[in-house]
Amino acid sequence: MSESERLISPEAVRHVARLARLALDDDEVALYAVQLSAILEHFDAVRRLDTENVPPTAHPLPIENVLRADTEVPSLDRATVLAQAPSAEGDRFRVPRIMGEAP
Amino acid sequence: MTEYETVIGLEVHCELATTTKLFCGCRNAFGEDPNTNICPVCLGLPGSLPVINRRAVELALRIGTALNCTAQRSLFHRKNYFYPDMPKDYQISQYDEPINVDGWLELPDGSRVGIERAHMEEDTGKTTHVGGGGRIHEAGYSLVDYNRAGVPLVEIVSRPDIRSAAQARAYVTELRAILVATGASDGRMEEGSLRVDANVSVRPARSTEFGTRCEVKNLNSLRSLQRAIDYEVARQIELLESGERVAQETRHWNEADGSTHALRSKEEANDYRYFPEPDLVPLVPDARLLSAAAEGVGPLPAERRRRLEALVTGSSEPGTRRDGSTDQVATVVDLGLDELVVRAADAGGDPRLAVARVANEAAANAEAAKDLDPIAFAALLKMESSGQLSATQSKEVLAALIGSGGDPAQIAVRLGYEQMNSSDLDSMVGEVIASHPEEWRRYCGGEDKVVQFLLGQVMAASKGKANGKLVAAAFAARRNA
Amino acid sequence: MTAQPAPGFGAVAEIASAVRSGELSARSVLEQALRRVAELEGDLHCFNTVTVENAMADADAVDDMVRSGIDPGRLAGVPVALKDNLCTEGIPTTCSSRILAGWLPPYDATAVSRLRRAGAVPVGKTNLDEFAMGSSTENSAFGPTRNPWDTTRVPGGSSGGSAAAVAAGMVPLAFGTDTGGSIRQPASLCGIVGVKPTYGVISRYGLIAFASSLDQIGPFATTVADAALALEVIAGHDPMDSTSLDLPAPTLLASLSDGVSELRVGIVEDFLPDVSPECRASVVAAGEALAAAGAKVEDVAIPEVLLGLPAYYLIAPAEASSNLSRYDGVRYGLRVDGPDSETMNSRTRGEGFGAEVKRRIMIGTYALSAGYYDAYYGQAQKARTLVIRAFEAAYRTFDVLLTPTTPSVAFPFGSKVDDPIEMYLCDLCSIPSNLAGHPAVSVPFALSPDGLPVGVQVLAPALGEALMMRVAASLEAAAPPGVRGPVTP
Repeated sequence: MSESERLISPEAVRHVARLARLALDDDEVALYAVQLSAILEHFDAVRRLDTENVPPTAHPLPIENVLRADTEVPSLDRATVLAQAPSAEGDRFRVPRIMGEAP
Repeated sequence: MTEYETVIGLEVHCELATTTKLFCGCRNAFGEDPNTNICPVCLGLPGSLPVINRRAVELALRIGTALNCTAQRSLFHRKNYFYPDMPKDYQISQYDEPINVDGWLELPDGSRVGIERAHMEEDTGKTTHVGGGGRIHEAGYSLVDYNRAGVPLVEIVSRPDIRSAAQARAYVTELRAILVATGASDGRMEEGSLRVDANVSVRPARSTEFGTRCEVKNLNSLRSLQRAIDYEVARQIELLESGERVAQETRHWNEADGSTHALRSKEEANDYRYFPEPDLVPLVPDARLLSAAAEGVGPLPAERRRRLEALVTGSSEPGTRRDGSTDQVATVVDLGLDELVVRAADAGGDPRLAVARVANEAAANAEAAKDLDPIAFAALLKMESSGQLSATQSKEVLAALIGSGGDPAQIAVRLGYEQMNSSDLDSMVGEVIASHPEEWRRYCGGEDKVVQFLLGQVMAASKGKANGKLVAAAFAARRNA
Repeated sequence: MTAQPAPGFGAVAEIASAVRSGELSARSVLEQALRRVAELEGDLHCFNTVTVENAMADADAVDDMVRSGIDPGRLAGVPVALKDNLCTEGIPTTCSSRILAGWLPPYDATAVSRLRRAGAVPVGKTNLDEFAMGSSTENSAFGPTRNPWDTTRVPGGSSGGSAAAVAAGMVPLAFGTDTGGSIRQPASLCGIVGVKPTYGVISRYGLIAFASSLDQIGPFATTVADAALALEVIAGHDPMDSTSLDLPAPTLLASLSDGVSELRVGIVEDFLPDVSPECRASVVAAGEALAAAGAKVEDVAIPEVLLGLPAYYLIAPAEASSNLSRYDGVRYGLRVDGPDSETMNSRTRGEGFGAEVKRRIMIGTYALSAGYYDAYYGQAQKARTLVIRAFEAAYRTFDVLLTPTTPSVAFPFGSKVDDPIEMYLCDLCSIPSNLAGHPAVSVPFALSPDGLPVGVQVLAPALGEALMMRVAASLEAAAPPGVRGPVTP
């Protein structure tokens, strides 16, 4: 069990949870560390595969150049969209203050 | 004290002049009512999917061609990060297989800056920070408008070949001219359709290793760009000189206090977790796309400058002339008035004079000058060249021509610029000689510079109507007689 | 096990035909459906939303068209159920998640539009594992769905609600989505037909994404013919989906009864050791049935198919981790407030997502993260290539392949949900076709000793739906009575 715990430590869980904006309490962090480690270990076979000269498949389809004409299409009604917003002010979406700059 | 070299790379984001957004049919327009150009796709609603705008690809290829890039098969990738102006909390961009690579841009002075890549990506929405000083760190909350989300961008990344703030400015100016000339963008920095970030570092002169670079953002004008680079270079040199290191960071240019500030450091650097966009298929620049990209594109600014230079001097080497006319040629092309000059020259006008007049006099009213009839302009130039009109008079007639069109000869008459007849001119010359015997004696004795004084006297007496060249010729003739 | 066969609606084509001719009113068909829903929904919980008024209006509209001499379409008056991850304009679409509770899409999914244009009558939105992640529907934030064959057992997942609705005779046709088996496995556990088409054959526009390169919409029905008709109606190119194939809908019904004479069928050996005895036995029996009908049946080893499960459980979560980022409390859905946006995002997602969704987001984020991309996501996409190549090789010798649909019959509630890996193993036999983008169908073929349904799976190469459904029809004809729904619990 200690081997699989090493695959994803609680610290790694916290790091990934931060990247993914998931608030977890300490119990959850501990539980997920164990579960995620077990999962990754179970699927470790993939990591050890010999894939030299094997290209990745991002897509099952061999299609290219799917494009559309530069023609305007009616937009959504703003009121309908803002009605679904958790918080709106005037004609814009409202969010709590943003701590960092956009990258 | 060590001598330092400045190393600059520029990242320029340019909004494409398409009718609709990159991945949906919403209108691509600046300054409209917030959240009126939105749909499930650009709002990133659950279940929505992107479909690439053909015109955006054509314009991106056009930009690549104009920058001498190689167009290649490309993929879109997702750049994952959270921010409220990002509807999907990932940006569809291009990563290691971008559409345009390995190009270069030639500056008016003949130097070249390498272009690493020019790739496609979607723009984000706009956030407005409310409360505090309107700056993000003091805001109480923020409001988001998604009109801009999904607008097509091309990001042009230069190689770190730029060596001064002035050169950086020239690069952006030329790049903008190219973008406008190709029709790919309207290049308005003040509207945000052209955005510049600078990567700045310094190193001891003749060193071959790069110093630590800082990214400088919030450069809203060419002047800011230049000032910010100068500031940043000085800041970095000062750090190094006092034995400290330059920290690799992103800095924000503050126009008001004229300095760059490090942004609040985040807990960790962004890990964008790029992976190929599974909702899109690869883009291959086929014959149809490439020919559509090339269609309707005229010669680029560098080519047009060369053409004008050749007309003016007989030489087509850029940068071989160091006098003001090189700058004038650049100005004329930048104003979009080179075609006018070419056609006026075809109609018999002196090209060097045409360039000078356009660069100096038409600049103030460049838009109207585009409608100036080249034949009329040529006629005016001939009037000035032959001495029929003085420089001053010619400029007045030109202004009138630009303002309301017409026939230059008639305008000259209307303005009272009838040619002074040669006998009146002659008698005026004689009067001045008579009233200034001392100066006349010195002139005849070989002091050529004195003719300026004598000339000035004739100009004053004639109230500017006399033609300076003819007057000077008259004095010279009398001396030689 | 006390489930009894139920009368059902009869063939979908016949319902539509009767409604179009005026012989039967759409309203009366709808009323049969709604009666059945009223009777059993309390027990089974197939639906998150039942749209009674809309359905009445739609049925009446169909009947009006018929009276006016206008043809309402190939699915005229057919009541259908839609998995609650398919966008339906103005109707709550929740993905069985708290984070989307009450969200009203402003648009219909393309597949939904096509159903409506064909005269179908949507009856409601069915329950699923949250964001389609799961194999039992126990991961729904709104409570599980029960299997009509045995209400102490799961209906399978993630499209458990749609499968159970058809299996219980509430509707003759339902739609689900399949990313790793989420149509086929519940079809098998509920004794009905479930089809995953070739990737790109049915538009994903309006399908709330789980794993973009794997997701497909597909039908549940009590017969192969009904499922084939449904596919013909909703498939075909959609310009709103860049991954949609530029082809019209496939023609399937015409050749359905052509039989299997001379067709080469390969029974994939590699899954058999890992499935339960009844599942293994049913595949063997299915092979014999096809041989008796004239097919050439042989065993085939495709060991690469076993790479499917580990590759999938890196690729699917990776794509999902990105697809689910948009649920951030800013524009729609749940918001849990915070002093700043970042905290608001984290609290919203922490409270809005269930445990399985969070697990997959984290695995996916990890697999894509700096330093791990090549070893995990990169490798998995290469393993995917190996699976595709192995199938290509097999299809040089065989026309179709035969496998178990899933390793076991319906299992009791709570027996796997606490062990994620146990649950993931349910997808063993279904995942490879998603990775390859190939079509696959589950056909009810047997009952276990406990009387629980067992399906068998037919696989075909890309765009091989016509052949695949032909084989499925043959199996259906050869299956003993009592193996398929609808049933009354």
